[in-house]
Amino acid sequence: MGTSFGRGGATTFPADLQGSDCIVIQGSNMAECHPVAFQWVMEAKARGAKVIHVDPRFTRTSAVADLHVPLRAGSDIAFLGGLIHHVLTQGADFREYLVAYTNAPTILREDFADTEDLDGLFSGFDPATRHYDPVTWQYEGMKVAAAAGQRDEEHDDWVRRRARAGHETQRADAMGSHGAVFGGRPERDETLQHPRCVYQVLRRHFSRYTPELVEELCGVPRELFLEVAEAICSNSGRERTTAFVYAVGWTHHTVGVQYIRTAAILQLLLGNIGRPGGGIMALRGHASIQGSTDIPTLFNILPGYIPMPHAHHDQDLAAFIAGDAGDTGYWGNMGAYTVSLLKAWWGDKAQPENDFCFDYLPRLDGPAGTYQTVAGQIDGTVKGYFLVGENPAVGSANAKMQRLGLANLDWLVVRDFSLIESATFWKDGPEIETGELRPEEIGTEVFFLPAAAHTEKDGSFTNTQRLLQWHHKAVEPEGDDRSDLWFYYHLGRRIRDKLAGSADEMDRPILDLTWEYPTEGPLAEPSAEAVLREVNGWGPDGRALGSYTELAADGSTACGCWIYCGCFAGEVNQTARRRPASEQSWVAPEWGWAWPANRRILYNRASADPGGRPWSERKAYVWWDEDQGRWTGHDVPDFEPTKHPGYVPPEGARAEEAIGGADPFIMQADGKGWLYVPSGLVDGPLPTHYEPVESPVPNPLYACQHNPVREGMARPENPYNPSGGAPGSEAFPFVFTTYRLTEHHTAGGMSRWQPYLSELQPEMFCEVSPALAAERGLEPLGWATIVTARTAIEARVLVTDRMAPLKVGGRTIHQVGLPYHWGPNGLVRGDAANELLAVVMDPNVHIQEAKCATCDVIPGRRPRGPALLALVERYRRQAQSPPGGGR
Amino acid sequence: MSVSVTTGTNRLAGPLADPAGEAGWEGAPPRVGFFTDTSVCIGCKACEVACKEWNRVPDDGFRFLGHSYDNTGGLSASTWRHVAFVEKPLPDGKGLAWLMSSDVCKHCTHAACLDVCPTGALLRTEFGTVVVQEDVCNGCGYCVPACPYGVIDQRPGDGRAWKCTLCYDRLGQGLEPACAKACPTKSIQFGPLDELRQRARSRLAEVRASGAASARLYGEDPGDGVGGAGAFFLLLDEPEVYGLPPDPVVTTRDLPSMWRRAAVAAGALLAGAAAAFLGAAQ
Repeated sequence: MGTSFGRGGATTFPADLQGSDCIVIQGSNMAECHPVAFQWVMEAKARGAKVIHVDPRFTRTSAVADLHVPLRAGSDIAFLGGLIHHVLTQGADFREYLVAYTNAPTILREDFADTEDLDGLFSGFDPATRHYDPVTWQYEGMKVAAAAGQRDEEHDDWVRRRARAGHETQRADAMGSHGAVFGGRPERDETLQHPRCVYQVLRRHFSRYTPELVEELCGVPRELFLEVAEAICSNSGRERTTAFVYAVGWTHHTVGVQYIRTAAILQLLLGNIGRPGGGIMALRGHASIQGSTDIPTLFNILPGYIPMPHAHHDQDLAAFIAGDAGDTGYWGNMGAYTVSLLKAWWGDKAQPENDFCFDYLPRLDGPAGTYQTVAGQIDGTVKGYFLVGENPAVGSANAKMQRLGLANLDWLVVRDFSLIESATFWKDGPEIETGELRPEEIGTEVFFLPAAAHTEKDGSFTNTQRLLQWHHKAVEPEGDDRSDLWFYYHLGRRIRDKLAGSADEMDRPILDLTWEYPTEGPLAEPSAEAVLREVNGWGPDGRALGSYTELAADGSTACGCWIYCGCFAGEVNQTARRRPASEQSWVAPEWGWAWPANRRILYNRASADPGGRPWSERKAYVWWDEDQGRWTGHDVPDFEPTKHPGYVPPEGARAEEAIGGADPFIMQADGKGWLYVPSGLVDGPLPTHYEPVESPVPNPLYACQHNPVREGMARPENPYNPSGGAPGSEAFPFVFTTYRLTEHHTAGGMSRWQPYLSELQPEMFCEVSPALAAERGLEPLGWATIVTARTAIEARVLVTDRMAPLKVGGRTIHQVGLPYHWGPNGLVRGDAANELLAVVMDPNVHIQEAKCATCDVIPGRRPRGPALLALVERYRRQAQSPPGGGR
Repeated sequence: MSVSVTTGTNRLAGPLADPAGEAGWEGAPPRVGFFTDTSVCIGCKACEVACKEWNRVPDDGFRFLGHSYDNTGGLSASTWRHVAFVEKPLPDGKGLAWLMSSDVCKHCTHAACLDVCPTGALLRTEFGTVVVQEDVCNGCGYCVPACPYGVIDQRPGDGRAWKCTLCYDRLGQGLEPACAKACPTKSIQFGPLDELRQRARSRLAEVRASGAASARLYGEDPGDGVGGAGAFFLLLDEPEVYGLPPDPVVTTRDLPSMWRRAAVAAGALLAGAAAAFLGAAQ
């Protein structure tokens, strides 16, 4: 999303779906996982919209959709690519929108080579490092994105290995809020005829993604595919709009970012971005996940998607900003955002003379995502660990690897409601049963600290639509339960007390922090509103700021997260607003507060034509009012309010002044929606179908079977199943996919201890088709054992027609469904599906491939104790999987 | 609200405009109920959970039934809302229907459970609903076989009969029942019964017009065997598909005629006996 449009958030909000004419839900089981938001899909359906669900399984979403399209897990790029092919060959694109608002006319360099030319690789691939040099992906006549190659010369191993692509990785992470940066003005051919313009490159790139290929690769019959293609085309254009909805069914892949990119291309071609009833609705995995990337729990970004500086990479603040800020577009103001953040953290200690304490920020010297951290635990380089609302012992891919990491720590802090598996692995985890670990030999000191629930504390959730909603404490926490805010505030306070008076320079970043928050009540609970006010920021007079446009780079403003600036405007907690729906429009601007600047549909300038008039009365949303000389409409315009539609930037303009009056994608350096991404992604400027790392079939399109730059982990704990007809792959003939049910919450930490939820889904089960049950002798309500190269788990058997076998590449592919809610603890128990998964990741965002892998299924319960290891070892020998599993 | 209870005779079958009035409530508010539109149910079971949370109903055991996604099995003393899941191949052999329907006590116009209750634990409320008073019920169990839908049941280990109260306590505070409040898709609608019946008829027309030829209302007709249900349904298929009786009849409907026949039989018996004595005496 970030690379295509400029910001890494859903472009729309769920209530706007009610005005859609067609809704395609793919990579999401919205009715089950987002039932409250799903009310708007039902509302749209009641108004006559067509609802299409594309999913390997027939779910509760499919049950109420007009059309269910079953496809093979891991084949979505081919399906969406087929739709792009259809739009391009049928001339169904929204031409005026396409030419004016996207980079379709932009001309690429002569030396760019496509996957169609290089059998699955783009130009710039280095087989030795397995990384791309993205230089050839640039626009014709543009400056290269960053001279990263030179700057990397003196870097340590990781940075050197990453070489040019390393800087791009950092970029890709920062794409959460903005597009890539570049200098100069690209060449365009608005007739779209130039053979190297993006439009023509797209046509060639997707030329083989035909209905026949979709049938062969995805297992979707041609007629069904064409029904979808015709539905989205006939429901797009001036008068009508189509929305796409996705969730982790698209992100949990080694090509997850490119899944979303494919949808972005399709929606730009059809002119559905920035318009009511259109857009791409990204549904987040659980409460406030959007918030935890906006104000990140991630290693590689700072609040507001400012990239985390690299060691040696950016010597000082000026160099850091020069390297990552764009000359043009709103990202051109990164200096103001960064300095204001440093002022929020270090207050008066942050001064121009000391670079605003820029050197207090940590520096990255390598990837530090959750899976690298776990590898570090096993290797002994990571000694301590905080687990807060996270249960990796059953909730992360390759759960055994997670437990081996936990078992090799000095200390572990678990803050949760219940004694989850991550707190008890040392005495009753699966490795204790098999004899691989012995409690008396595990040195980890485990601290379990009970956590307060959201009803026991004030705070905000940032939900799926970038909407901040305040919640008030209803009751005091019981016993020793404490809020996370309490925990971190008082932990910080005690650490500062211990360090007080230290002359060690290393302690300065902690001692100089602004850490004065008012506390209240018998537990000395810090004021969450005071924290929100700091996040919002204040100006030279100490008053809360109203908008990020007020931020300055001279140190006169402080702001904890620039995209949240305005959430406390006028000294009022804007996130606590709750004006009822009946008293405002469907946009509900006075319910909570959405970033950026309370806009509900992003890029909404695109809801008007280049002249500023609505594309149609039916789809009017934001438009130019000539009399008032400003943009107006149902939402906060995502545009400078008084910039005339005819504004042409003068030569040499920078930041937002360089964005033309008809350029809706204001975070992008050229103001355009990007069909083609010249900079910012590490695995290619266009999406390409690669097979999942574990697939039962060879890639029918290219010799390149998998994403060539995927992130693997070649470790003994992490072997892979052979794939795509490789020797031994017949040992794992079936595809499995993991997912959630309405009745439980993620890995079960919040539901397996609740009787009213546990009784509704009381046991781990697998969903299989009657054909697979017959083939493997599985009895309904009996037991099945599911095996991968990692381990084997058991599950009760649910035989259902909802799991239909698919015809793929001339053979029948069976898919096995595995909900991942259970573990050994709680009221209801069962084996964890995450035991079966290997760790292999998308290279842009380091997210694991959890939605498809291969397995075998045999009847009966799994062996106990060491016999389980023997079973898995037998499979590994049969599959000839090397202990480290390769890349 | 000021209502008072008067005594009077209760009818046992047939259409009845005002069951609360019939039960002796004067100046009662309009009769309320549920319209459950199964065509928009997404099977989320929020109704089951909200009901238990509000009414403090205990869990019903942790059993994997594998009836599609249904693991509570049916309405019981400890499950007052129950979502049925029915997987059914489409008639044209192409594709699958997955029907979901949230079942609940019907709050019948003529409630046999109430009529047979010997202790007066079962009560017709001023809202026209039927409620068990847990402090009066003695666990005799007469109500259990009396219910034509198999709704009311005795709780194991407790013995008393339990069922949906239509959140009597919430109604008294002007709140809608917990299940309706929690339903995200408005599949469960609460309101005055007359309004709901109107709404249901127009909704049925919409659903049929969209191609669901076998859609129907169930329990909406005051001329049916229970005098119309206070909780009725829009179903997409025949009631049996959802596990509902096709033509429920209040089990007390025939009581008057049964008593009449019994009286005739007893009279005949007495007459016969008397004749025998008289004959013997001769």
